[in-house]
Amino acid sequence: MDLSVKPEYRQFREEVREFLNQALTDDIRAAGRLGTSVFHDKERAMAWQKILHAKGWVAPHWPVAYGGTGWDVVQRSIFAEESLQADAPMLIPMGLQMCGPCIIGCGTQEQKDYYLPRILSGEDFWCQGYSEPGAGSDLAALQTSAVSDGDDYIVNGAKIWTTYAHYANKIFCLVRTDKECKPQQGITFLLMDMDAPGVTVEPIIGLDGVREQNTVYFDNVRVPKKNRIGEENQGWTVAKFLLTFERGGQEYAPGLYQYLRHIKVAAEQEGDGFGGRLADDPHFMRRVSEVEIQISALEFTENRIKAALGSGQSPGAVASMTKIVGTELSQKLTELAIEAVGVAGLPLQLDALEPGTGATPIGPEYALTAMPRYLNTRATTIYGGSNEIQRGIIAKMVLGL
Amino acid sequence: MNFELSEEQQMLVDSISKFLNNDYDFDTRRKIAATELGYSADNWRMFAELGWLSVPYAEESGGFGGSAVDLMLMMEAFGKALITEPFIPTVILGGRLVEVLGSAEQKQSLLAAVIQGELQMALAYEERGSRGNPACIATQAQAVGDDYVLSGEKVMVLNGHAADKLLVTARTSGSLVEREGVSLFVIDADADGVDITGYSTMEGGRAANVVLNGVKVAAAQRLGVEGQALAAVETVLDEATIAIGSEAVGAMEVLYKTTVEYCKTRKQFGMPIGKFQVLQHRMVDMFMAHELTQSTMYMAGLRNLEGGDVARKAASALKVQVGKAGRYIGQQAVQLHGGMGMTDELNVGYYFKRLTAIDALLGNTDYHLTRYGAIA
Repeated sequence: MDLSVKPEYRQFREEVREFLNQALTDDIRAAGRLGTSVFHDKERAMAWQKILHAKGWVAPHWPVAYGGTGWDVVQRSIFAEESLQADAPMLIPMGLQMCGPCIIGCGTQEQKDYYLPRILSGEDFWCQGYSEPGAGSDLAALQTSAVSDGDDYIVNGAKIWTTYAHYANKIFCLVRTDKECKPQQGITFLLMDMDAPGVTVEPIIGLDGVREQNTVYFDNVRVPKKNRIGEENQGWTVAKFLLTFERGGQEYAPGLYQYLRHIKVAAEQEGDGFGGRLADDPHFMRRVSEVEIQISALEFTENRIKAALGSGQSPGAVASMTKIVGTELSQKLTELAIEAVGVAGLPLQLDALEPGTGATPIGPEYALTAMPRYLNTRATTIYGGSNEIQRGIIAKMVLGL
Repeated sequence: MNFELSEEQQMLVDSISKFLNNDYDFDTRRKIAATELGYSADNWRMFAELGWLSVPYAEESGGFGGSAVDLMLMMEAFGKALITEPFIPTVILGGRLVEVLGSAEQKQSLLAAVIQGELQMALAYEERGSRGNPACIATQAQAVGDDYVLSGEKVMVLNGHAADKLLVTARTSGSLVEREGVSLFVIDADADGVDITGYSTMEGGRAANVVLNGVKVAAAQRLGVEGQALAAVETVLDEATIAIGSEAVGAMEVLYKTTVEYCKTRKQFGMPIGKFQVLQHRMVDMFMAHELTQSTMYMAGLRNLEGGDVARKAASALKVQVGKAGRYIGQQAVQLHGGMGMTDELNVGYYFKRLTAIDALLGNTDYHLTRYGAIA
């Protein structure tokens, strides 16, 4: 048992850092710095994706045969950490993280050959059609129907919380192909074109005043059967493949530490209202310490998972809890941040948050992003299987209740 | 980074687990705790024979050459069975301070006896209102010629009722919380002027309050340089903090698992109460609290090897995490066991009480949170 870092990893970190320093323009970094949700500025995130694609680093977690880097779990984690430190924008995940792995796991050779390169290059921009107005946590209750018609399906229904659907040219959907069986068994995984006749997109404005999400309506949309991933009625299995692919893949601690550092900077610069700095207020700083200790508990939990994966073992039960702990800590942190900036967090500054507008922020930059992040972070415990659903999964799968 | 146990560590953990499974069930533990001594002298001899008492000492001190990581693994195993044998007071707080600060002669006379299981020790450092801060000392050591005269009162001296030798912190100079001026002495428990009041603690442990009424101490009984003992005391207290935190992690594991099993069998409204979502989510939070605390334990054990502020901060982080998670898991375990959780009959109450005691010992959550924030 030890914390030693192999020299080759140190060297790798240097290599990554050097690349990031020369490849990231100020304009692209602005998107990372001003990002207030998982989804960073589309134009700059895609520009960054093209640069990474040219370097061969756009999909580190994919198998090498499909364009992955062949990095081990530690290298992937180093790349993610360094990207964060350098204010690189986060790549938009729907293609690279969500749809791509499903195609890799369950697609035909023809589908892989066609879609995967287009995901890597950014030529296709994907959005995700899972949730419906009547199917949130109970995803298997989805009603969007696909009825067989010769070589096609005819799709009718609606999908909701469809992030960046207004930018997307493709959508991957779970649709119902059988109503007579158990809910999970009648679902099929379909790839569709957003410009197909009968697809309409309506905006949803979020708490932070930004259009990130949409409702997507399907009115007799014709979809070729060759766009199906996996067998008919096996969509649930395809969707679940994504979960196993992702397992242990996402680390929260580096991002949480990064944000904690921003809060400490804010506390150095903000007053405490009694002539001192907020950083001298023991009540506030105690809460900072408390969260920091909780982040280190998560960091070492994630280290244990990485160490297990790195030596080819199953990380076991702990892997299922990082989503709950990571998202709940991110909410605590953003709450601390709005408390640190106080009234400076209240001006609504949508222009200044958008890179490239040249709008001058009212007040310091850390105050500019604090409130939108606080508002947006409320979603983290709701999406991707709400934390209540996650607890239900652990109760059943880990505790055997 | 690697969390796998070495062959030696695995053997150590296995031998402890085997002993606890075979010879330390809950009824046995209850009987041991009810004796006047509060622990089993036979077990202690066996710990010595198995080499467990030598684990934290360097090989040149006659020890096994173990580290905080080894202590952590041992104590996590001990914590599962709530053993009452005074490993932390004698082996860590006592023996380790002798090893860190003692002269060659002091080490020779004391350490060998500890390792052989023939000497019981206790560290008298806590005072009324000091809250675990080892610099907060009012006890005075006045120099008189070549000797010292010690006066003051120490509280919650773990194993103080059974110790043959006491290590006592006292001020040779400086004011109440000054870092300079703290000296450490080894005195016989039966020396003139030493008044020991032993007592049982609420979870089945033993401790004592110690009054020093002008106790005469020779210069040769001082460990280390006069007035400069604090750093070493802190170092060893951090090791003890990791040890007691690891014990808590072991106790938490048993407690949450016991609760889960109970909720699978206890029926109300015609079904096992573990089917109720509100209880399921509570137990998931208990499970996560244990896992996160275990991760913090690894962090504290491994960072202890780096030394310095990194090690100190990590020890305090562990104590904070242990305090909070211990409260949560302990209280929820009692709640979910319902009325039975309130009784002396089940082991649940003993784990709950031990976790409650652990928070108060060696500086509580609030103390360590303050200390954590003060370390750069």
